[in-house]
Amino acid sequence: MFAAILIYGFINSSILALVAMGFNLTFGISGVANFAYGAIYIFAGFLVWIFLNTLGVNYFLSIILAFISSYLLGYLMYRFIILRVRGLPLSEVMATFGLGLAIMELFRYLDFVGVKYSLPVFIDGSVSIGGHFIDYQRLLIGVVAVALTVIFYFFTHYTKMGLAFRAIAQDDETALTLGIDPDRIGAFSLALGSSLAALAAVIILPLGTISVENGYEVLINALAVCIVGGLGSTVGVIVASILVGYSQTLTANYIEPHWMILVSLAAIAVVLVVKPSGIFGKQKELEERV
Amino acid sequence: MGRRKERIDRGVKVRSDGIYALNSYREVLYLAVPRLIPVVGLLVICPLFSDYWKEVIVSTAVYALLAVSWELLYMGGLISLGQSLFYGVGAYMAGALNAYLGLPPVLSIPIATVGGGLLCALMLLPVLRLRGIYFAMVTLVLPLLLARFVEATRILGGTEGLTGIDSFSSQWVAFYLVMVALLVAFYGFRRLEGSDYGLVIKGINDNDRAIMSSGINIHWYKTQILFLAGAVGAFAGAYGAHYDMFAGIPGFALDYSILPIAAAAVGGMGSFAGPLLGAFILVPLSEILRALGALRIVFYGLFLVFAVVGLPEGLFHFVRRKYEQIERWVEVDKK
Repeated sequence: MFAAILIYGFINSSILALVAMGFNLTFGISGVANFAYGAIYIFAGFLVWIFLNTLGVNYFLSIILAFISSYLLGYLMYRFIILRVRGLPLSEVMATFGLGLAIMELFRYLDFVGVKYSLPVFIDGSVSIGGHFIDYQRLLIGVVAVALTVIFYFFTHYTKMGLAFRAIAQDDETALTLGIDPDRIGAFSLALGSSLAALAAVIILPLGTISVENGYEVLINALAVCIVGGLGSTVGVIVASILVGYSQTLTANYIEPHWMILVSLAAIAVVLVVKPSGIFGKQKELEERV
Repeated sequence: MGRRKERIDRGVKVRSDGIYALNSYREVLYLAVPRLIPVVGLLVICPLFSDYWKEVIVSTAVYALLAVSWELLYMGGLISLGQSLFYGVGAYMAGALNAYLGLPPVLSIPIATVGGGLLCALMLLPVLRLRGIYFAMVTLVLPLLLARFVEATRILGGTEGLTGIDSFSSQWVAFYLVMVALLVAFYGFRRLEGSDYGLVIKGINDNDRAIMSSGINIHWYKTQILFLAGAVGAFAGAYGAHYDMFAGIPGFALDYSILPIAAAAVGGMGSFAGPLLGAFILVPLSEILRALGALRIVFYGLFLVFAVVGLPEGLFHFVRRKYEQIERWVEVDKK
């Protein structure tokens, strides 16, 4: 029992980390809370499904195409929507939320509902760890989450683009004097965040069916992890996804599975009351309360 | 040679801003007409519609109450993403009073209004010190949390909700009750905004530390506006519960949170008329779009995006500018 909780908790934490990574990236760099995040997640999932089943494209290729489409969607969203309401947080939230609503409900309207909307797993089969069978897909999620974290660390610390990202996040005016264009980086952050949502989608969605409700759930989970960890903090995302992930697994095991989402919501509420900037959020400690 | 748009306040606006030195009936009308539009519109014109549209107008008025209550919080710098908290609490309170204790609407609605306001203010008391987006997140999460809580613990009828709540004695009572309540809330809050009290509230939004250093307890003021906004929202909920003869988890649904904000965003924030106007555009619009079936929400979302991006100041401020100012193109030298 203990081993099972340990393993499944780890997988669940990896799922949360993957889901939150893109949201956190966008918010951390450009300060845009992308409420269309859940919509992009299912958009990528359905797109892969359409390429794979309707157009008969190879699985690998359709994943690549979904990445590119999500990337473009994020970029266009910044260019034509966010840029016009930049600096008005409420308008940004309204606009992204409206767009997300439109995308998700469009899929519902087009009748993308049912069990047949599921993606095949990458490698079939399972492996036994300590007497518990874990399928390869879940294992892969854990591996990708860890790999992505490492890649991200190197990206933001050792590449020019990554350093520019962090510069904008710290002080965009000083960054501007050094020749970093905040709008270009902002657009890039939203595009990259969107393709991370697509990455999370193609890896996580084979575990179940793709449904419109996934979109809302993903948004709540991403928000929970980012708020608990501190909006914009990468270390925070990892710690918070472990915290929330394990508490969700424990809840599902000892109480009831459908209380899982309650854990996310309660985590948001408690952290906001006790320490609104999150466990690792340092940036806005002075602004958050009086 | 280039052109630029020049905007000049109309003479009557300049003279009448506060001092009201009016010369003619025309000027009296200029000032009175816009202020009378809500009264005449709600009490005289709305009853002329067919029964179907009257139902739509009633639900519009419920959303408008939530939107006006949202605006009061916004005025004090508290951005609420969870108006459904107020609606749900009011609905459950009135529903429980009616279903369990058998109180008639005449008693249950006032008790739920005051009690709901108090309960909402109490629930948000721990996070009153939070600002901006942090306060907003809490309000977004609270109604979702309460909905799950009711679902999981199965209190207050659980997922079924409370059904069979008493209805109003007649359709006209129901109709005029919500219209009068909306007008009272609207004009009452407008009076509040113009008073010294409103000045303090707006000051909290502009610079809370400056207000604190003037020796004013801003938390007490914030608690008061939370109670006022909560009471108006809870009234909407209590009224809705009796009108639909149902109180349940849908009361905490995202609809009641999103629509008031959308109304404020479309109509224009920073004035009570904006959210009112926005609600009276958005709710009927979504009703017209109902013919499109599920596609309705898609259009709705896109409309929201276009309204926010295309007219960031909001419709009301746009109209007011046109009404109060003369606009003309003037030539400018570029040297």
